[in-house]
Amino acid sequence: MVDPLLRVENLVRRFGGIVATDNLSLDVARGELHAIIGPNGAGKTTLISQLTGQLLPNSGSIRFCDQDITSLPAHRRSALGLARSFQITSLLPDFTAIDNVALAAQAHDGHSFRFWGNARKEGHLREAARAALDRVGLAHRAEIVVSKLSHGEQRELELAVALATKPQLLLLDEPMAGLGITESARMVKLLQELRREVTIVLVEHDMDAVFALADRITVLVYGRVIASDVPSAIRSNEEVKRAYLGDQHAVTRHG
Amino acid sequence: MLLLEQFLNGLQFGLLLFLLAAGLTLVFGIMDLVNLAHGSLYMLGAYFAATFAAWTGSFLFGAALALVATLIVGMILEIIVFQRLYGRDHLDQVLGTFGLILFFNELVRLIWGPGGLTLSLPSWLSGAVQILPGVYYPAYRLAIIAVALAVALMLYVIVMRTRVGMLIRAGASNREMIGALGININLLFTLVFGLGAALAGLAGLMQAPILTVQIGMGENILILAFVVIVIGGIGSIRGAFAAAVLIGLVDTLGRIFLPDLLRLVLSGTAASSAARALSSMLIYLTMAIVLVVRPEGLFPTTSQR
Amino acid sequence: MKPTDPRTILIALLCAALILLPLYTGFTGNVFMLTLFTRIIIFALAATSLNLILGYGGMMSFGHAAYLGIGGYAVGILAHEGITSGLVQFPVAVLASALFALVVGSLSLRTRGVYFIMITLAFGQMIYYVAAGLDRYGSDDGLTIYRRSQFGGLIDLSNRTQFYYVCLAVLFACLYLVWRIVNSRFGLVIQGIRSNERRMQAIGFPVYRYRLACFVIAGAMCGLAGALLANHTEFISPSIMYWTRSGDLMVMVILGGIGSLFGPLIGTIAFLALEEVLSGITEYWQIIIGPLLLLVVLFGRGGIDGWLGRLRRG
Repeated sequence: MVDPLLRVENLVRRFGGIVATDNLSLDVARGELHAIIGPNGAGKTTLISQLTGQLLPNSGSIRFCDQDITSLPAHRRSALGLARSFQITSLLPDFTAIDNVALAAQAHDGHSFRFWGNARKEGHLREAARAALDRVGLAHRAEIVVSKLSHGEQRELELAVALATKPQLLLLDEPMAGLGITESARMVKLLQELRREVTIVLVEHDMDAVFALADRITVLVYGRVIASDVPSAIRSNEEVKRAYLGDQHAVTRHG
Repeated sequence: MLLLEQFLNGLQFGLLLFLLAAGLTLVFGIMDLVNLAHGSLYMLGAYFAATFAAWTGSFLFGAALALVATLIVGMILEIIVFQRLYGRDHLDQVLGTFGLILFFNELVRLIWGPGGLTLSLPSWLSGAVQILPGVYYPAYRLAIIAVALAVALMLYVIVMRTRVGMLIRAGASNREMIGALGININLLFTLVFGLGAALAGLAGLMQAPILTVQIGMGENILILAFVVIVIGGIGSIRGAFAAAVLIGLVDTLGRIFLPDLLRLVLSGTAASSAARALSSMLIYLTMAIVLVVRPEGLFPTTSQR
Repeated sequence: MKPTDPRTILIALLCAALILLPLYTGFTGNVFMLTLFTRIIIFALAATSLNLILGYGGMMSFGHAAYLGIGGYAVGILAHEGITSGLVQFPVAVLASALFALVVGSLSLRTRGVYFIMITLAFGQMIYYVAAGLDRYGSDDGLTIYRRSQFGGLIDLSNRTQFYYVCLAVLFACLYLVWRIVNSRFGLVIQGIRSNERRMQAIGFPVYRYRLACFVIAGAMCGLAGALLANHTEFISPSIMYWTRSGDLMVMVILGGIGSLFGPLIGTIAFLALEEVLSGITEYWQIIIGPLLLLVVLFGRGGIDGWLGRLRRG
């Protein structure tokens, strides 16, 4: 079997007395769409934060493209091709949509210790930004300041920003949080298209979306992996049903 | 014994700093308010004490009245000004309270004149006390230590053992929580601020007979108070206590012993000027080191990111 | 900035007035006004440098006045030692400030929020005490500068009008520089970091490096202001570096409007001119300016420049 794009081994992260990540191991193969699900408090966001470098694990290792990135700072991981969208929208609120995306492109276009020239007029950056915005369907809102965008548009913008960094692995933390029916459907469609170009790790509560999209699903409970398999196997897994699916804890998309 | 005397001086200075810092750290920790004008309350405490002591002819009466007056001024300030500054950007708070400093300095100059005041030691405290065979120490300074320790103990009891104290501790580490508990936030804030003002006033009036009563005295010591709360950890009274005593000792002992230490390696004149510069810097050096090693302070209270 | 909105017009008028000022003061013989505005221009330069890190970069440095002192002492110390050439003094002033900013920044920028404020303040106080301990150079009493910086036959800094224009030219040049920086790649990154540091890190920017570079540039620019100030007052003392002076600088920036190009200039004029006017009226002028500041904070968002910007909607 070809080496996985992302390999997590025995990851542990404690917060005082609480073990948020409990000896977690998982593999993500190149090209797949891997969903991570679990009840609230299962440690999904903690896991994502350790994968992207906002948080450092207490022990364990993370390998990406066969490189050990366990203690690499966040900006270096981005340079390697790891991109992330945030669960709670985290954009530059006083910049326009296209500025947000162009900055992401700029970060991967050489250094920015250039004190002269107008960065907003760098054609190739603006084009790359427009392309990313187009991909998520926000091209017509390019010049709008982020604080004036709707919640759904902001979620889509998060995706565009991540895409502009030309990632090999896209880590999406609840991209459908707070989206209405049509917006969710649009996001699912978008992800269906994107999965052909980039490996995706998707943390989601929306079970319909998860089962529609995922090649494999990992189930997290109290920071531990209780199952990691194809959707059909997960659906029939007794332990999973007990812990999560059966208990009506799954939040539907318009919850 | 010189060392013991200087140690006590350092302790006394540190305890005065603690009184000032305690109010500051409470207000900053709970209300997230940067109050540069805290030093002005310190100054008012001194001025009030000198004035009321002169009027009543009694140090104690003057001190008690000054304490009440500072408390009242503090609470009035909180209601008129600070309630509007809560939740604002720290930048705005810095600018606004900076304006208050200018205002109070001028107000004091207007009312009391530019020359400053004096407050004489009460006769029953102006002697020296024998603390060890053959070793004497000024009674007044011992009184300061005693009062400050008593206040520290009282604060400890309030914060650790009463319901109000529990709210204060909770508020220092998680502001939203106390709101969710359905407590009258406004009243709590006014009380906390008043307490801080009273502590500042107490520090100001206590140091008045031995140090100074003059315009601008607040700014010089405010800096040190901020250093104390940063080292101690913002919002932590325990931290303020530890840091204040540390700073008091470092500053006092440093000033005494640094010149001698430096004279071991440098020539006479070079040693004196270096010593003067360095001993003033010691406090800031300490803070810089603490911040680099433990950025949240010695006793961090906040658990929120 | 549209060509015809009130704010642009007012700022253009302001710049024109500043350029024409010496003609007015020469005609009326009002030397005092010329020296006052020279002082204003120099402080506006210092405030502009602070605006770069505070307004655009979101770094609340409470020790910025230190660079005024370093620049000033560079001129003072060199003059004292017999080196009066401005071509040596000014570069030294800028370089020394840049170096100090590098040291302070590299340590301080590892902290955030109020801790950053305190540690920059601490460094400011430290350099203040170092200066106060320099017996050879006047320590607490300060150092008199008997000869202004010499630039051969080119410029005579002891001529008040020439000196005014030198300061104004430097200010305009630095304003242009700041304008270009702010719109450049670097400037966008700095403003992005102010807007959302976590996001900037996530998309791949090594945030610390950019902040540090910005910090050093601002320090160097303020050192230049310090060198000019020393020439203006022909005197330098540690008190210019006391933390309350850093507070004054912050007031000038915030009053004028954070993160706007001409904000610092407007704020400095407002602060210092108001100081002059009010002190003419009453010797207790700070009683007025204090609450005034408070009112501006409470009710005027975005400082004076922000208010000007809202005029066009009025």
